[in-house]
Amino acid sequence: MNATSIPTSPTATTFQRMSTKRVLGAYVAEARGECLRYMRNPGFMLPIILFPTMFYMLFGIVMGKSEGADAARYLLASYGVFGVMSPGLFGFGVSLALERDGGLLTYKRALPMPPGAYLLGKMLMAMLAAALVIVLLLVMGVFLAHVALTVQQAAGLLLTGMLGVLPFCALGMLIGTLIKGQGAPGMLNLVYLPMSFLSGLWIPMQMLPKVLQQVAPIWPSYHLHQVALEAIGVNHDGIGMHVLVLGGFAVVFFAIAARRLRRYG
Amino acid sequence: MNPISDVVASLSGAVKRYGNLTALDGVDLVLHRGELLAVLGPNGAGKSTSISLLLGLIRPDQGRAELFGLDPQQIDARRRIGVMLQSAMLPLTLRVDELLRLVASYYPHPRPLEESATLAGIRDLLKRPYGKLSGGQQRRVQFALAICGRPELVFLDEPTVGMDIDARQKLWAAMRALVAEGCAVVLTTHYLEEAEALAQRVIVMGKGRVLSEGSVDALRAQVPLTRIRCVTDLDAAFVATWPNVASAEREGSRMRISTSAAENVLRRLLDADTSLSELEVQRAGLAEAFTELTREETALEQEAA
Repeated sequence: MNATSIPTSPTATTFQRMSTKRVLGAYVAEARGECLRYMRNPGFMLPIILFPTMFYMLFGIVMGKSEGADAARYLLASYGVFGVMSPGLFGFGVSLALERDGGLLTYKRALPMPPGAYLLGKMLMAMLAAALVIVLLLVMGVFLAHVALTVQQAAGLLLTGMLGVLPFCALGMLIGTLIKGQGAPGMLNLVYLPMSFLSGLWIPMQMLPKVLQQVAPIWPSYHLHQVALEAIGVNHDGIGMHVLVLGGFAVVFFAIAARRLRRYG
Repeated sequence: MNPISDVVASLSGAVKRYGNLTALDGVDLVLHRGELLAVLGPNGAGKSTSISLLLGLIRPDQGRAELFGLDPQQIDARRRIGVMLQSAMLPLTLRVDELLRLVASYYPHPRPLEESATLAGIRDLLKRPYGKLSGGQQRRVQFALAICGRPELVFLDEPTVGMDIDARQKLWAAMRALVAEGCAVVLTTHYLEEAEALAQRVIVMGKGRVLSEGSVDALRAQVPLTRIRCVTDLDAAFVATWPNVASAEREGSRMRISTSAAENVLRRLLDADTSLSELEVQRAGLAEAFTELTREETALEQEAA
């Protein structure tokens, strides 16, 4: 008789090991859940999509007609970065602040959710939302503003957006651990809007006062803007330093936020 | 069988302080396989803190919390438990079946989705978004999520709050089915009849300590009060001065007397009023025992202060 055919009771005292496949499945399920719930939430998706596309339509395409495709090309990078910041800041920051307040985070911590699945899920969701914004802007730029882009340039901007969302996820997460509940959206707007302006996303950097130009490198969005401009062939200065700075921002924000999250939940 | 392996969760000498406030002041608690333990106590008694320690959400300042002999913060320990928390805002835009699949994905050997749904009585809700459900329906979904991983131990924090009587009865039946399967349950509740109907063992907490522990009968016996009700013309204030009478109150034509020596009081009562009628004598319920226990606690605190 084959001893292995005897089924073991699920309540046996022997330890229930979880197979690697099921652990991976849990990560996938968590990410899928995060994406589904936010894609279905118009209150979250509409502002993220509408603000950058509307601004680009107005300032880049309708009003920029006289300036030609060069302005439209420049603003594609600007509004691309503007559009990428919000899923990072709001997708991470607001949802974390609300879920800390509403008890969902506590509930997830009590459940045997694999470590980091919660944050990874949110990160993936922010990357997808960022990709969606960039694709919409690319379509508008190419077909409405007739910006001539090579496939590499378009792909470069898409990649810039999807990875560029990560430092803003980390910043959003940090703010989400500092503020609980309904106060978070206001606080995040106080970060998001001035930072966009000061990094030259609304008005090109050269038109800002000298002093603002000089302090611009302290904002992560300034560096992402430079990377985006390079990606679509406006700048040709190399992006190594900007990528390093963005990576540094991401690591520092994330480390502080993770520490706070572990301490205070 | 090794008696130690029978313990699924325990607190030993657990102390938890928040600043100057001592939320838990040396709590010992042992939970055995397949038993339903009800934890009772007023708000701020330390129920939630005890549960949080056992779930690994917080760490004790002193003492130890263990789940299946492990630190509750170890994921291997938590893979054997299910949780229903009092206030958890679940994602409103996810459908019930999506939530069930998500939570089940965390466990090594989850129940089939249909089985969880049937046990919790939510088969008709599976395709509905969670946010569109009534409060009672949401509680049933949370119960389904607590049991979907086929846990050996389930924590239910005030599970029937906001449920109508019918839904509550159904959930009670589901809890009994769970215990019959061999699953241990920790139930915190404000509804004493819930503890009375379900629990094999009851712990009463107050001011961060365990005030009483034992079976429902033992708890009741700890407060040996009997309630006498009758229609009588006697003066309630006069009866209240009799020996062994804890209290005497008038309710319309009836008098209600609480006593620790029902036989003596009854004899005297019948002597004093020969026209006495509609006599009822009843042992105190859990509610009285509970009130008595927590009141003694308050009185002691006041004396000490």
